[in-house]
Amino acid sequence: MTPPLGKDLLALEPLSADQIQLILDTAEPFKEISERHIKKVPTLRGATIVNLFFEASTRTRISFEFAEKRLSADTVNVASTGSSVSKGETLVDTARNLEAMRIDMVVIRHGASGAPAFLANRIESNVINAGDGTHEHPTQGLLDLLTLRDHYKKLKGLKVCIVGDVLHSRVARSNIWGLQKMGAEVAVCGPRSLLPSAIDDFGVRVFNRIDEAIQWADALNVLRLQLERMQLGYIPSLREYNRVFGVSRERLERAKREVLILHPGPMNRGVEIDSDVADGPFSVILDQVTNGVAIRMAVLYLLSGGKPELAEKAKGEA
Amino acid sequence: MADEIVELNEGTDGLVIVGIQRRGVQLAQRIVKLIVEREKVTVPQGALDITLYRDDLQTVGPRPVVGPTEIPVDIDGKHVVIVDDVLYTGRTVRAALDELADFGRPRRIALAVVIDRGGRELPIAPDVVGKKMDVTPGQRVDVFVEDLDGKDAVVLASRSG
Amino acid sequence: MHPEAAHSRTLILRGGRVVDPTQNRDEVADVAIVDGKIDAIGRGLAENGKRAGARGAGSPEVIDCSGLVVSPGFIDVHCHLREPGREEVETIATGAAAAAAGGFTAVCAMPNTDPVTDNQAAVGFVVRQSQRAGMARVYPIGAISLGQKGEVLAEFGEMVGAGAVAVSDDGKPVASAHLMRTALEYARTFNIPVADHCEEPTLARGGVMNEGVMSMKLGLKGIPDEAEEVMAIRDMLLARLTGGHIHLCHMSTKGSVELIRWGKQQGINVTAEVCPHHLSLTEDAVGNYDTHAKMNPPLRTAEDVEALRAAVKDGTIDVIATDHAPHHYDEKEREFADAPNGIVGLETALGVNITWLVKPGIIDLRTLIERMSCAPARVFHLPAGSLATGKPADVTVFDPAAEWKVDASKFRTKGRNTPYSGVTLMGRAHYTIVDGSVVYRKAH
Repeated sequence: MTPPLGKDLLALEPLSADQIQLILDTAEPFKEISERHIKKVPTLRGATIVNLFFEASTRTRISFEFAEKRLSADTVNVASTGSSVSKGETLVDTARNLEAMRIDMVVIRHGASGAPAFLANRIESNVINAGDGTHEHPTQGLLDLLTLRDHYKKLKGLKVCIVGDVLHSRVARSNIWGLQKMGAEVAVCGPRSLLPSAIDDFGVRVFNRIDEAIQWADALNVLRLQLERMQLGYIPSLREYNRVFGVSRERLERAKREVLILHPGPMNRGVEIDSDVADGPFSVILDQVTNGVAIRMAVLYLLSGGKPELAEKAKGEA
Repeated sequence: MADEIVELNEGTDGLVIVGIQRRGVQLAQRIVKLIVEREKVTVPQGALDITLYRDDLQTVGPRPVVGPTEIPVDIDGKHVVIVDDVLYTGRTVRAALDELADFGRPRRIALAVVIDRGGRELPIAPDVVGKKMDVTPGQRVDVFVEDLDGKDAVVLASRSG
Repeated sequence: MHPEAAHSRTLILRGGRVVDPTQNRDEVADVAIVDGKIDAIGRGLAENGKRAGARGAGSPEVIDCSGLVVSPGFIDVHCHLREPGREEVETIATGAAAAAAGGFTAVCAMPNTDPVTDNQAAVGFVVRQSQRAGMARVYPIGAISLGQKGEVLAEFGEMVGAGAVAVSDDGKPVASAHLMRTALEYARTFNIPVADHCEEPTLARGGVMNEGVMSMKLGLKGIPDEAEEVMAIRDMLLARLTGGHIHLCHMSTKGSVELIRWGKQQGINVTAEVCPHHLSLTEDAVGNYDTHAKMNPPLRTAEDVEALRAAVKDGTIDVIATDHAPHHYDEKEREFADAPNGIVGLETALGVNITWLVKPGIIDLRTLIERMSCAPARVFHLPAGSLATGKPADVTVFDPAAEWKVDASKFRTKGRNTPYSGVTLMGRAHYTIVDGSVVYRKAH
């Protein structure tokens, strides 16, 4: 039997292939709920979920909010910018306050790697990592896996290349661990200054040119290039980046077969990805968004297992 | 049972047969097939997974696996017949009723079960019953269907086994 | 002046294994201490108490050291005592007490206090606080630059006159090669070492742990080995240019060790130091974002640990120092990237060194004592570090085989930030004697 997921979902790296499979399989029936007229099931009725976003994010937060509301949970959004050092309240105090308010689940996005783990070790509530620093973004990794599986009907042996600033990308890391666990072959393509120096130790192929990556891959996961990288001396210019690494229609057409295009969003059109690719026939970017809600519902469902306190609350409505 | 269902509806108009996951789905398929044979009409068929509507989700341990739900037609104004293998406490049917309510407002909902073993905990009554059985709490009734279990059978056994 | 040092007192350490590398001594003997100085070492001194030069009334105090090792007092040339400025985290008094409990008879306190110890008044303050504490001696290290800003030289002469034994901007690197050059040249006037925290600021910027496999997994910005090595070689080349004495603080990489070997072969006046944690732990200790494994320079890989141990053995690394850096529990209780660097070390150093170096047979006790006492005294031109007759009676009496479990709540330092909590160590101080007075006695 697949071991239970535990209290929290903090990362994909520690999960087994079975556990990842469980989440992907559980997401399937949840897709259907979003197609219904009444997009709601009573599963998490009485549960309180806090979306604790220390970094601004519209799409991830909304996706989680839909997932929570469609499961009938009560949600509260807390947006807070800045690290605990610049703000008044430390993460420890935030954790204690949440505990005191008897929150059932916390969805946290934070600029510091390890912040969700920090929180999870200190409170009883379920903690879901919605992206921490450059560490992981597990639900994004999962929805990318689901999207690939929908299209190719399998993950084992699939060739996926992650393109762009892998060094600073939590989405890249979650994808690398998730894909490897499920038996896919992973490659990266980007300027060496934006790849982690230890990448070779992880069994990941490195392509220096995007054309080589396109020839090899079944799918490309194109990462957003943050514009600040230029200022910090990692790459010379956006123009050069686009010329050398940009995913364009011409390049894709030179591939021997169709290459699926994924992007975690938001996109810098014309930088890492051209518009006609993002909007083109090989793009599954919008499917990723749809799958995102289903994956997040599945994760919330799976983590919220068996807590008598929830039963008490629900009985109150009998 | 198929005949009784058609009789209850006074025909096949507006009839929708919905099986509850898992074995209810196979049984619903059989009933639809029988209706095709006898009435020469194909009635719409659906599948309902009630896991997310269970009233014991909050206390049961590891998450039960959620199966697919498929209601292919609009059920407003229709006569929906819920099909399940065993009727016991009635809680599964209650969950099914709640879930159907999220899909629309049928004119009528009826319940058809292969085995009614008594032991109701809610005011739920079946409209069509294959067989009534007296089963003590220390025993269990299992319905096996060919497509899933390799045989058609109803088996009464003691729980400890 | 230590309060207990009534000069009519005689102290005899009886029957311990006396290990003094400076005299090539390793034998069971008595050590007689008179007037705060080593008077004699030999057999039967306890019985001949009076004839060993006791003055004044009463018989000498005799401490039974059978089964224990008696060595020149340990000296920690690198620690942070936080006073002035952060007294809630440590004071010179609590730090000196912690040092004594760890078997240290002297420590050198780094100047990254608040305000920075960059002038004679500040240096004098540290000296006075040390005297008032009456525990391990605290020798101040003065700043290289005013405010440790890396711009203008501090007054080396005045600071040395007030008691400073070296200069350093530790906490920070000396980014400007020109300033390091002039510091090395100017320090020659006063015959003091210049101690550098080797970290190239732009390479290391934003880094919070070793750059490698762990940092990639944890999504934390890493500090590459080269950030240290680039500065180590720079400093040695400048020492060669100027004839000055460069002391390289807390070395942590295999590459640094290779460079130091080269430097010494070249005859450059370079000495180097390593910390117990870099001899015993790797980046794996960070585990699931454990801030008790966060320090600068960071814990590195098994390869680096091995190279450092070999360097301690062959003397490429002269000195083991603690880089004792207490922090308030609150400060370490936060997101990894935000937590301050540093762990305490005064009370665990002996245990860690014996457990990871002596017990597995990498070095013997004599070499350990050389690295923890004789060499520090030599490198920083301090009195003591030897049990020769006439030397100040700074003595450490320890049990090299005692096993004990680290309990941070019992530390004398105010800091509790140690990665060795709950770990069983081998080796513990029983008596710490400074200036002939027992400033620490292990409770039995």
